[in-house]
Amino acid sequence: MKFAPYAFVAALAAVPLVLPSPYLLAVLTLAGIFVIGAISLNLLLGYTGQLSLGHGAFFGLGAYASALTALGFDIGIGFGLRIQVNPQPVWLGFIAAIVVAGGFGWLLGRLAFRVRGAYFVIITICFAQVLRMVALNWVELTQGPMALISIPPVSLWLPGQGVVPLVSKAQTYWLVLAVGVLAFLLVRQIVESRIGRALVALRSNEALARSVGIRVTHYLVVATVASAGIAGAAGSLYAHYVRIVDPDVFLFIYTVTMVIMVITGGKGTLWGPVVGGLIFGLIPDLLRGRAAPELQWVLYGTAMILFVMFLPRGIVPAVQGLLGRRT
Amino acid sequence: MDQALQHLVNGTVLGGTYALLGIGLTLVFGVMRVVNFTHGELYAFGAYVTYGLVSLAGVNFFLSLLLATLAGVALGAVLELLLLRRMRKADIDSVMLVMIGAMLVLQNMEMFVWGGVAKLIPNPFDGSPLVFGPVSVLPLRLFVLVVSCLMLLGFWLALERTRAGMAMRATFQDPETAALMGVRVGWVNTATFALGSGLAAASGALLGPVFMAAPTMGDLVGLKAFAIVILGGLGSLPGAALGGFALGFVEEFAGGYLSTEYRDSFGFLLIIAVLILRPQGLVPAKERIG
Repeated sequence: MKFAPYAFVAALAAVPLVLPSPYLLAVLTLAGIFVIGAISLNLLLGYTGQLSLGHGAFFGLGAYASALTALGFDIGIGFGLRIQVNPQPVWLGFIAAIVVAGGFGWLLGRLAFRVRGAYFVIITICFAQVLRMVALNWVELTQGPMALISIPPVSLWLPGQGVVPLVSKAQTYWLVLAVGVLAFLLVRQIVESRIGRALVALRSNEALARSVGIRVTHYLVVATVASAGIAGAAGSLYAHYVRIVDPDVFLFIYTVTMVIMVITGGKGTLWGPVVGGLIFGLIPDLLRGRAAPELQWVLYGTAMILFVMFLPRGIVPAVQGLLGRRT
Repeated sequence: MDQALQHLVNGTVLGGTYALLGIGLTLVFGVMRVVNFTHGELYAFGAYVTYGLVSLAGVNFFLSLLLATLAGVALGAVLELLLLRRMRKADIDSVMLVMIGAMLVLQNMEMFVWGGVAKLIPNPFDGSPLVFGPVSVLPLRLFVLVVSCLMLLGFWLALERTRAGMAMRATFQDPETAALMGVRVGWVNTATFALGSGLAAASGALLGPVFMAAPTMGDLVGLKAFAIVILGGLGSLPGAALGGFALGFVEEFAGGYLSTEYRDSFGFLLIIAVLILRPQGLVPAKERIG
């Protein structure tokens, strides 16, 4: 069991060598990007217990920040002033995505954690909606519904080749895998640190955590910033992989997809979002051509209802329970 | 000045249906502590049932309105018995997740059955506006306002003057004490959810000819219903009515004077502002925040 995670990553890394089907790699790459999103959401949903339903907003912010940095923009900000940014290298866009998403995470955290429960949930939903409206209507910056197009692919320095754009499917796949592993390790680091213990304490009993001197809001904001930053990184990967970004990335359905991944996999477990993310990242392609896209969403909705009602802790804890009982 | 009067009239007409939407949502939250994500889908359901009856089956519009409301009541009752009844002991977040699942299922079933193209419900009234001095209003919109106000009044009377209404108010205040007093809380919950769903379906049916019936129409409306309810104070009935009219006015005036493109986002900005500055809403219900 101890070496299972290494074997899992090694197996994933070997996929392009063993099965070099471009279709399979494309599907896995996109699923991988959503797994990263789910990993980041799990930090909030699973470990702090706060149901954030605006998470897709951080993903979208990352996608827009990264794409705009790479494409450059020239906008008026009133009073005759203009901000002009020339096209920058993609790695700078990736960093911009993390910084912008993290910054908005800080803002949302400072504002939204004044309230809890239903109120918190509704603020987070509204946050994503307002951003969608901005993306739709600030045409000078975002091109609105015409979308940002011709976004350059990721370019990386590779030994012996210099800085090259990653156009091959296998290279992009490995990049997403590497970012995914980093995101997983970062979340594990946070969860096993002092911050993680504080988060779990406030998840189980906020009043008690506060009474023993845990600065509840401070830790919640820290978790939100980290979670938003990782989601922003996923958004950046998405923008440079799909190479087109439109305001629909802020749609509620993307957040809901990530929530379903975390809930079915197992919230508050490190492997839950990976398992759930792979399952629900791959289902659309298994169903393609066999069922109407609407039926896929009906299936997702039904899965969410059934899991919350009958297996609320998710797949990973259930499987761990079964394995534990056998040995 | 004339323009402001016209905006005032438009805002009132819009506010009436918003109030109807908000009342249903806040009632369900107040009595059952359920954040009802299916509310917007019930609204879309009402519009589609009306479309099906009027355009396909050739039923009279006014009869269709009644039938659509009843269909909404029935669907609400089914949802409550199938899902919420089993979730009575669950925490509020789990119930929200189940309702989001139900929302996905309902919305995509609508999409599957009716297709992605918006359907137009024929206007039962004359298309030329009635002119009152400086302002004008379409007969259809006036009808919508009158019916909304009548339904709000009827709902208020039912809640204040009937035994079932009393049981509902008792459960609203304190479910456990109500149960001790012999109120069958389970049935009150079913009735509440069915009634709230019926109100949503009624607003959808009423607004069907004004806008069009589209599968994603429930999304924005569901979010606006949240805005209305939060504006008034989550769980407060007079607050929801007030919040409905307030949102109608804000959208109409801000849309008219500030920016048409951002018209729909004023509602969301308003919610965020209200939740941060005055989380208990305009008319606070007697309950703990957070």
